[in-house]
Amino acid sequence: MAYAAGVDVGSTQTKAVIVDERRRIVARSLTMTGANVTRAAEEAFAEALRSGNLEDEEVEYVVGTGYGRYKVTFGNTQVTEISCHGRGAVQMFPRTRTVVDMGGQDTKAIRVAPTGEIQDFCMNDKCAAGTGRFLGAAAAALDIPLDALGATALRGEKAVKISTTCTVFAESEVLAWLGRGKKIEDILLGVHQSIAGRSAGLARRVGIEAEVTFTGGVAKNAAMVETLTRAIGAPLNVSEESHYMGALGAALFALDHVLGAREPAPAREIA
Amino acid sequence: MSAWTAGIDVGSTYTKAVVLGPDLAIAGRAMRPTGFQLSRVAGEALAAAVAEAGIAPSDVAYTVATGFGRHQVAVGDVKVTDLTAAARGATLLFPGTRTILDVGGQTMKASRLGEGAKVRSFRLNDKCAAGTGAFLEKTARYMGYGTTEIGPLVATSKAATPISGVCAVFAESEVINQLSQGSAPADIMHGAIVSLVGRSVQLMKRVGMEPEFTLIGGILRFELMAAEVRAQLGAAVNVPPGDLVQFTAALGAALLGRRRLERLAAAPLAEAASLRPAAPAPPA
Repeated sequence: MAYAAGVDVGSTQTKAVIVDERRRIVARSLTMTGANVTRAAEEAFAEALRSGNLEDEEVEYVVGTGYGRYKVTFGNTQVTEISCHGRGAVQMFPRTRTVVDMGGQDTKAIRVAPTGEIQDFCMNDKCAAGTGRFLGAAAAALDIPLDALGATALRGEKAVKISTTCTVFAESEVLAWLGRGKKIEDILLGVHQSIAGRSAGLARRVGIEAEVTFTGGVAKNAAMVETLTRAIGAPLNVSEESHYMGALGAALFALDHVLGAREPAPAREIA
Repeated sequence: MSAWTAGIDVGSTYTKAVVLGPDLAIAGRAMRPTGFQLSRVAGEALAAAVAEAGIAPSDVAYTVATGFGRHQVAVGDVKVTDLTAAARGATLLFPGTRTILDVGGQTMKASRLGEGAKVRSFRLNDKCAAGTGAFLEKTARYMGYGTTEIGPLVATSKAATPISGVCAVFAESEVINQLSQGSAPADIMHGAIVSLVGRSVQLMKRVGMEPEFTLIGGILRFELMAAEVRAQLGAAVNVPPGDLVQFTAALGAALLGRRRLERLAAAPLAEAASLRPAAPAPPA
């Protein structure tokens, strides 16, 4: 059995996925990126090897992706995270035509062809408004753990309208609303709606076509899924493994290479 | 009628109060973090400035409120925009002022003045933290420094590390990258100031800047800010001495109060009614 791996070095977390030649995920791992990007990539890969009970040599090709992809020094090549997210999403949800990926520092909207090929994309590369960081700022201001944000927001009944654009100023706006006696649930619902509105705007710029797949770490947040579904006006495909989508795509590109390099092989097998 | 007036500037980060004496000299001033109870903080700042002036609160004949939170505070007989107040304050200190750059905690403003300290054009940024003091605060915080440590820190810088300054949030990964590549925190902080000044100069160009330039706002406490503006403009700049950079708009507000008083004294009775300080509403 041949194996290929993808390592997605994100701004916040580094993910590694190993697939076998039938495109099945056989191992995965996740680690915090931190300051030493190269080490984070090595750790994520080593952890994936351990969890899949595999040796380094068994993985024939490694593709790096994500913002730190050039720091994956042990990788064979790099592919942009746009291509990888598109590819991964189509693999998991074959009818995917639009991908919204929401990560720690950026949000991307991608339009893909049925083959998984990228047709258009749009991302916030200049400003952190409408990214996962907006949630991080609200969580810090309200002193609520990040993974409890969604559940809290879902209890909101009357969303508070968040008027600030900048993530930095959002922190003080959240506190100001709290000072004016608004409920945490309602403030958080407003924060989620604000991010969903911005992301849906991004998706409209590439053209929303069904089915829409929501990927990235923030897709684990149930309130984000609900508010984004409303903002986009269509149901969203969400996977438990949504944050591995980029690494999965990278692993599939790596597998292409492994299988492609072997094309003359069948003759030998027959012989 | 006494000639004492007060100005109160409710800024996004700090609330400043100035009491102006009959001789147009600052008799008292006070500053408090704005926080979320704007009216209470404004009252406290004003009371502290009055106490420093050594007068009774009733001696203050006219109070003018300005700043982003001016409509949310109870104090002030009249409210004026921060641009108008800053223009008055800056021209009192530097009569030749034609262009003002005001860099505060959460806003950056540039304005060009005409005759009589009238604001002719202005541009402001209050949407993006990268163009405000919050950018420096965030950059410092990513490296483990507080805002009060920024000044001493940059004083030790030898050369600025290039920092893109596009987004105060994205600056975090940039700062971490630079630190891991061995850049000194002082040089990174210096780089953040250079990038903030780059944005300031852009804003000043858009108002059609002309000399003299006067720089005000809390961020001008960092001497490197003014030096960098001077370098990027290639021209001399006026900077109010010491912490007066933070009180310029409050000073201008107090001065506007004084002008109102003078008009009140000179005006015919009918017109004077509209200028008179706000009195408690008479019972219906």
